[in-house]
Amino acid sequence: MLRYVIRRILMLIGIVFIISVGSFFLIHLLPGNITAVIEGPGASPENQAKLFKLLGLNRPIYEQYFVWIGNILHGNLGTSFISQTPVVTTIGNALPIDLEIMFLSQILAFAVAIPMAMRSARKPDGVIDRFFSAGSFTMLSVPSFIVIILLVLFVSIKLGIPHTGPSSYVSLRGDWIGNLESMALPAITLAVGSFVVYFRVLRSDLIATLQEEFITMARSKGLSQRRIMWRHAFRPSSVALLGAAGVNIGGLLAGGFVVQYLLNIPGLGYTLIAAINTDDYLLVQGIVLVVSVGVVLINFFFDFIINIVDPRISRE
Amino acid sequence: MLELEEMALVERPEKKKPLGPLFWLCVGWIALNIFGAIFANVLPLQNPLYQNYSAINVGPSLHHIFGTDDIGRDIFSRIVYGSRVSIAVGFGSMVIGFGIGAPLGMLAAYRRGRFDTILTTFMYILLAFPAIIATIAVLSFWTPRSVFKIILVIGLASVPLVYRVIRTATLSVATKDYVIAAKVQGAKDRRILMKELLPNIAPIGISFLLIGIATVIALEGTLAFLGLSVTTPTPSWGNMINESRTVLQQNPWLAIFPSLALCLFLLSLNFIGDRLRSHFDVTEVKL
Repeated sequence: MLRYVIRRILMLIGIVFIISVGSFFLIHLLPGNITAVIEGPGASPENQAKLFKLLGLNRPIYEQYFVWIGNILHGNLGTSFISQTPVVTTIGNALPIDLEIMFLSQILAFAVAIPMAMRSARKPDGVIDRFFSAGSFTMLSVPSFIVIILLVLFVSIKLGIPHTGPSSYVSLRGDWIGNLESMALPAITLAVGSFVVYFRVLRSDLIATLQEEFITMARSKGLSQRRIMWRHAFRPSSVALLGAAGVNIGGLLAGGFVVQYLLNIPGLGYTLIAAINTDDYLLVQGIVLVVSVGVVLINFFFDFIINIVDPRISRE
Repeated sequence: MLELEEMALVERPEKKKPLGPLFWLCVGWIALNIFGAIFANVLPLQNPLYQNYSAINVGPSLHHIFGTDDIGRDIFSRIVYGSRVSIAVGFGSMVIGFGIGAPLGMLAAYRRGRFDTILTTFMYILLAFPAIIATIAVLSFWTPRSVFKIILVIGLASVPLVYRVIRTATLSVATKDYVIAAKVQGAKDRRILMKELLPNIAPIGISFLLIGIATVIALEGTLAFLGLSVTTPTPSWGNMINESRTVLQQNPWLAIFPSLALCLFLLSLNFIGDRLRSHFDVTEVKL
């Protein structure tokens, strides 16, 4: 186990290094002159040359990378040329919002998917299973941007529930009920995308597990259906579920971006799109770096949990 | 003796369950959409860019069967033309992804050894880099955007995933007896790869391909919402749904029809992929 964890941590460091190189060169390899982007199209060549030197762009590229990564290790992602605020401050304000949406949506998704999968797995191909499976399959084909439009149409416009429409974000520091209201639609949208995946994965694993001998054994002991499901079948069936959750949470970021963008919720996704539209390349670079590392850490975390659930994996 | 043999043949394990009418309905729907996308110029459609100011936000009628949008353009012909972008991006990027990822994955799983170790480590590191963020970041600065650039970026971003799926699938086949038998007979590597391995990983490859196309088409919609897809007025399904947001209350048709077109197309692709997978009895590759 310890050897496995150490190997994973070494790999993690390698991956983070490659991500940092990736997000650094992402900006530098693209066509176009950064100084022209910063100073606008009408900038004089002298001013451009001045800025070029000021930014240290005349130095060799590997030297630039080491200066950049050195600054990051000191918690300095640079200061935006557009808003003159440090990138770290902007990200620090936006990140908690993403974490809150992610947290709420995942709780919601698991709370719906797990009981549904258990109900389905009890009688595979029964009426309820068919209904759930067909429903989840249909949901799989509805992208998050359509879900959010439908939700806005019904919840915000038809039902008129406050704080749910676009541009009505309420900060958690203000009143928490308003905050929950404004977080409801994004959380539900992301939960819809997640629960479909979790339901399908858990259902097929549960069906397989329920055919194992130890379940027959538990049944013959006369244990209740509920106890068999939760105590005996759930844990051995949850490895693929956790793996799917790790991948899915990373993948949700894209859907999350759209939802934030459409509802003007100032999380990382909204900030990223705003930064792209204003050519605020330092902020884009910072967000790309933070989000990528975040996704890698989430995957690492889930790998770790999977190992606790099923220790055989690390012994391979 | 002959009779016995014939009986044995007859009693071979049950014939595969038919794919079902719903499967063929989905195939037909996809075919119809592709046909429309290819022949949009030839078909008797109205100009998707023509703005008819005397018919603005008109509901479905005989003249405009899906109605018109907020500047009087025919929604039906915009959907048909819009499918071109979505379908081109979906298929094009998967051609790139499979064109690079699938041969590498097969070769790595067949050859094993150092080649496999290095390539797989490399791909897994790439896989850790969230492809969607990379796609958004590259497209945001690589202007002006075109269908070709979008296809290229998404296609390259999908290579590691395709590589992993195909490699895993090939690994499970490469140690089968018939592959070893072919090797013992002295078959060339190329023959084994093409004649023994390829047909056996094709089902899982195709079903993954279809689901991949569906994912990419949804992704193109996402990019359109973020303003990172093809520039307006060129219609794409994502673009159209995005534009409909501002007039959602006056003209809901503008949101409903492109959304339906997109969802039905994705549903068909997913359904075909899923059905093929269970038909060929392939256990789900753990992604």
